[in-house]
Amino acid sequence: MAESERALQVDARPDVEEEILLEAGATTSMGEEVYVAPPWKLMWWRFRKHKMALVSGVVLIILYFIALCCEFVAPYEPNEASIRFKQVPPTAIHIRDAEGQFHWPFIYQHDRSMDPESFLITYVEDTTIRYPIRLLVRGFEYKWLGRLTSDLHLFGLHPDAADKQGLFLLGTDRLGRDMFARVCYGARISLSMGLVSVFMSLVLGVLLGGVSGYFGGKIDAIIQRVIEFVRTIPTIPLYMTLSAALPMDWPVVRVYFGLTMILALVGWTWMARVVRGRFLAMREEDFVLAARLNGSSEMRIILRHMLPSFLSYIIAQLTLNIPNMILWETGLSFIGLGLRAPAISWGVLLQEAMNLRSLVLAPWVLVPGIAVVLSVLAFNFVGDGLRDAADPYAR
Amino acid sequence: MLAYIGRRVLIMIPTLILISIVTFAILQLPPGDYLTSYAAQLRAMGEQVDDEALESLRERYGMGQPVYIQYGKWMWGIITRGDWGQSMEWQRPVSELIWEKLGLTVALAVFSMLISWLIAIPMGVYSATHQYSLPDYLMSTFSFLGVGVPAFLWALIIMYFAQSQLGLNVGGLFSEKYLNAPWSWDKVWDMFKHLWIPALIVAIENTAGELRTTRANLLDEVNKPYVELARAKGLSEGRLIWKYPVRVALNPFFSTVGWSLANRISSITLMSIVLSLQTTGPMQLRALTSQDMYLAGAVLLLLSALTVIGTLISDILLAWVDPRIRLEG
Repeated sequence: MAESERALQVDARPDVEEEILLEAGATTSMGEEVYVAPPWKLMWWRFRKHKMALVSGVVLIILYFIALCCEFVAPYEPNEASIRFKQVPPTAIHIRDAEGQFHWPFIYQHDRSMDPESFLITYVEDTTIRYPIRLLVRGFEYKWLGRLTSDLHLFGLHPDAADKQGLFLLGTDRLGRDMFARVCYGARISLSMGLVSVFMSLVLGVLLGGVSGYFGGKIDAIIQRVIEFVRTIPTIPLYMTLSAALPMDWPVVRVYFGLTMILALVGWTWMARVVRGRFLAMREEDFVLAARLNGSSEMRIILRHMLPSFLSYIIAQLTLNIPNMILWETGLSFIGLGLRAPAISWGVLLQEAMNLRSLVLAPWVLVPGIAVVLSVLAFNFVGDGLRDAADPYAR
Repeated sequence: MLAYIGRRVLIMIPTLILISIVTFAILQLPPGDYLTSYAAQLRAMGEQVDDEALESLRERYGMGQPVYIQYGKWMWGIITRGDWGQSMEWQRPVSELIWEKLGLTVALAVFSMLISWLIAIPMGVYSATHQYSLPDYLMSTFSFLGVGVPAFLWALIIMYFAQSQLGLNVGGLFSEKYLNAPWSWDKVWDMFKHLWIPALIVAIENTAGELRTTRANLLDEVNKPYVELARAKGLSEGRLIWKYPVRVALNPFFSTVGWSLANRISSITLMSIVLSLQTTGPMQLRALTSQDMYLAGAVLLLLSALTVIGTLISDILLAWVDPRIRLEG
């Protein structure tokens, strides 16, 4: 039913029709397809036009794959400290050896030496010993998602080479822990935290925003005041105060959920505004009136008729809110009020960069920051693309 | 206009009271109080803890009393005597500690806002009038960088380059000479020399949104018939753009001063912790971790009050530039 209503809308706006035809790169046979295309198809055509969004979508899929399978992607255990590999710079990968011969990608043996005056440790490549990088190697044992036991890893060196040389794509930190592995594990917490807290803010936002927009009047006024009030308090100082209230002795999982709750506490106001706006706009639509005249109950009108037509807006808004959540979590953990080590999130990892000496000697401790920026930008582009595609019938 | 301002000020009062209640309630959430964590700290260092002394301190700070009485006393002190309570960690009244830091936070916020406007308005106008040109694309890229890279990360990056390339320490807002010196013109000048980097960092994070708003609003505006009319009458293009559509497009700037201030305070807080600037950020963090509740409460309350005042200013500005609002209200 919702779709036929949409078709009516399209008929009423011939210019829109043409636009969609153009967007779909339509020939006459395509034209037929546009008329009968379901909304999601139109949205996809429009989303596809936004190249950056498309690329960012791929980036996000990769990032979330890493987050989901971090044990598999990471070649080393993230907490495995090794004093021998302290502050090793990112390992250079070669395909051409010193004699100019081409090989499967490999790395050289690195010799560690200490400057007798400054006590600075340097690593020099020894071009006589090569270690080829192997795919799908056996390494440390893990339980994937707490169930599947395995020791298979995406890449790494031959297990025999383990105590001679390491493959550190992003270098190691002060304790000789592999930054790449840590960033992968950090992705699991940081990226999932974004999703979970956005989901919580969605529940609150849709509920309160929906009530606000649908019923209007006094309830609307109260909820709007509450939203304004919440937004009056500067976010970070408020979050700091709230997360300082989380007891220090809580286990990681509890702190994790406590933090998502805290993040959702402000996040819902953005969702609520969007939902309310859509409700207000939709309340006056003809198809809602038609449904009401047909004797549909309020619940049915909301769930069956209104919800499908603004779902796409909600999804777009959700996508645009996730980066904020990620940034807030990173900021809080970074200053020590969010998650705490031994939990690994990008914010916790960045704490290492607060140490000026560590930052200058091993600037790669900033890499978790790059991961944050990458995911935030990707979500922003995808969100932009989704917002443009959210209403495929609008101009 | 005066009546309008008066009404706005009256609306502020219940908001502030509500904020103070919420603040106080949040500070009561964590188990224990400053004295328990202080005692634990002493024990951890292997020192004797004098229970009697603790008890007398508890008495002095009124900690044994019910929460609403503590709240009432706190509020009463603030309203009647400007007494924000005692900072337990510093052993000094909160009001002695807080004003200078709060002033620096405000200075940083206002300074960064001016920088943002200086960047966002001309760039946004140029972007909108030269849509799809190379500078337009460059500016979009720039604004995405602002969105993606948070202020505290900029702070880390700048700290790294300053330290490793130039051998400079960018932390702090004053030279050592002026650190504990009383305020003088030399000290203010010294502060400005240190202030611009953090102000720029905060501006980068917050300019992006404003740039995009200016651009989008102006794009909406320039296609309206009145612009066409002005053009038809032979007005020069520069005068035409700056005199009419830009003025309308800038309205959202004024209406969001309050929120913009709140966002900047957030950025400043995190960034200050990284760069150890003498703003409220590091002080709040410390007060929170040591459960120095009157200090932490005063910081949160005053920062919120800043936003409320910012909103008031934005209402006044908006009424000033847009007669429609003034007449309606």
